[in-house]
Amino acid sequence: MFDLEQPWTLDARVALRPEPFGALAYHFGTRRLSFLKSRKLLTVVEGLGEHPSGRHACLAAGVTDAELPSYERALATLADSGMITARAQP
Amino acid sequence: MRPVAEPATRLVDHFEAGLDAPICLTWELTYACNLACVHCLSSSGRRDPRELSTAECKAVVDELQRMQVFYVNIGGGEPTVRKDFWELVAYATAHDVGVKFSTNGSRITPERAAWLAAGDYVDVQISLDGATAEVNDAIRGPGSHATAIRAMECLADAGFTGFKVSVVMTRHNVSQLDAFKSIADRYGAQLRITRLRPSGRGADVWEELHPTQAQQRELHRWLLAHGEDVLTGDSFFHLAAYGQSLPGLNLCGAGRVVCLIDPVGDVYACPFAIHDAFLAGNVREPAGFAGVWRDSELFQELRSPQTGGACTACSHYDSCRGGCMAAKFFTGLPLDGPDPECVLGHGEQLLSGRDAVAVIPRSSVDHSRRRLPDRACDEDPLADFWSAHGELR
Repeated sequence: MFDLEQPWTLDARVALRPEPFGALAYHFGTRRLSFLKSRKLLTVVEGLGEHPSGRHACLAAGVTDAELPSYERALATLADSGMITARAQP
Repeated sequence: MRPVAEPATRLVDHFEAGLDAPICLTWELTYACNLACVHCLSSSGRRDPRELSTAECKAVVDELQRMQVFYVNIGGGEPTVRKDFWELVAYATAHDVGVKFSTNGSRITPERAAWLAAGDYVDVQISLDGATAEVNDAIRGPGSHATAIRAMECLADAGFTGFKVSVVMTRHNVSQLDAFKSIADRYGAQLRITRLRPSGRGADVWEELHPTQAQQRELHRWLLAHGEDVLTGDSFFHLAAYGQSLPGLNLCGAGRVVCLIDPVGDVYACPFAIHDAFLAGNVREPAGFAGVWRDSELFQELRSPQTGGACTACSHYDSCRGGCMAAKFFTGLPLDGPDPECVLGHGEQLLSGRDAVAVIPRSSVDHSRRRLPDRACDEDPLADFWSAHGELR
């Protein structure tokens, strides 16, 4: 179960390529490609490692309360496929 | 590939309009091959003296790194016969360009398998076109089934898991789908099946080898049942007209999100379209690969809105998008009409109505060996190659 209150980070083996629609994310270990379907999601994902929780990273990227559930789902999908991983509590 | 978060515009629209760099790219490193498969997409056999040098290949890798192309699918020919092959693989991965290479397995030794298993950034794809030697060797040549299986054993023994077993679907192997899956499972590999294209030497055998309509339906059901466990390289999107799409982008990515660099540096819209009509430029041009990708007239045209032509009236057009451009082209069908293997039979109708003297386009690029290995004899298929092409050793 994905926990938005936990600290998260982009897996070190994942490369991000910004695109007009958001970004492509490629995991060199699993060789999986994912699509980040908005620029804001890209900002969230890039910022994960610098924030105390997934929620903080979302808020810092300008995600509104109304948008938060869909961003939580997106992050959960990225966690399932190993694109982002849980970080130890600071 | 799985979409994440709700899109403002449909993702597929972005892809149809083309990206600033390919998502992935096929790169054929040599036309030399120690086999002579009857359906070879690139009519490979003999090396071309104009093939890119080691330094030129490395310059292409540098460009791909700058463009953030995450990985390349390397093929040929048999890419491992290039003397600098492993050096180029190491160079690419050291420059953030992942490699998946296709091979018949003849150069996969236990030592090489161990080297491959040690890194994260290289994936291997072993070609196998029959679950049995009988079916495989009729397509790929005597001994090629045993060679592929030996390579799989080496990879599995070295602890390389998740490599790919890559199968081109023909009339003679659709019934072996479960057997292919068992082979992949046995070696800890993943099955990847792709579509037989009438490209290269494939044009000569397509009529007799492409799956029947009944087999296409069987294949579609089988793929739906196996979901994302079985890879398809998005090659069966024309089957979406059965009513249910397979996992993947389900669009023709030619010149939009994929392309091909051939051994002499020519850039084509896709790996199945080695023909002047789909030639966008050459990486040796001053603006390099990036220039060709961004500015070629051909690619600009492929990225502009396409018309469905005769298919527009069909209620399934939104799902199959008219099918594969190369399959249409090399069977002499109009590009804005149905795929020759249209599941509703519209392609077959056109094929049978084709004028007996219709001019079917053929590629002028042919590196087939003039003297093909004698299929009737039991000789090692590599023997002929090594004597005639000793310089590639």
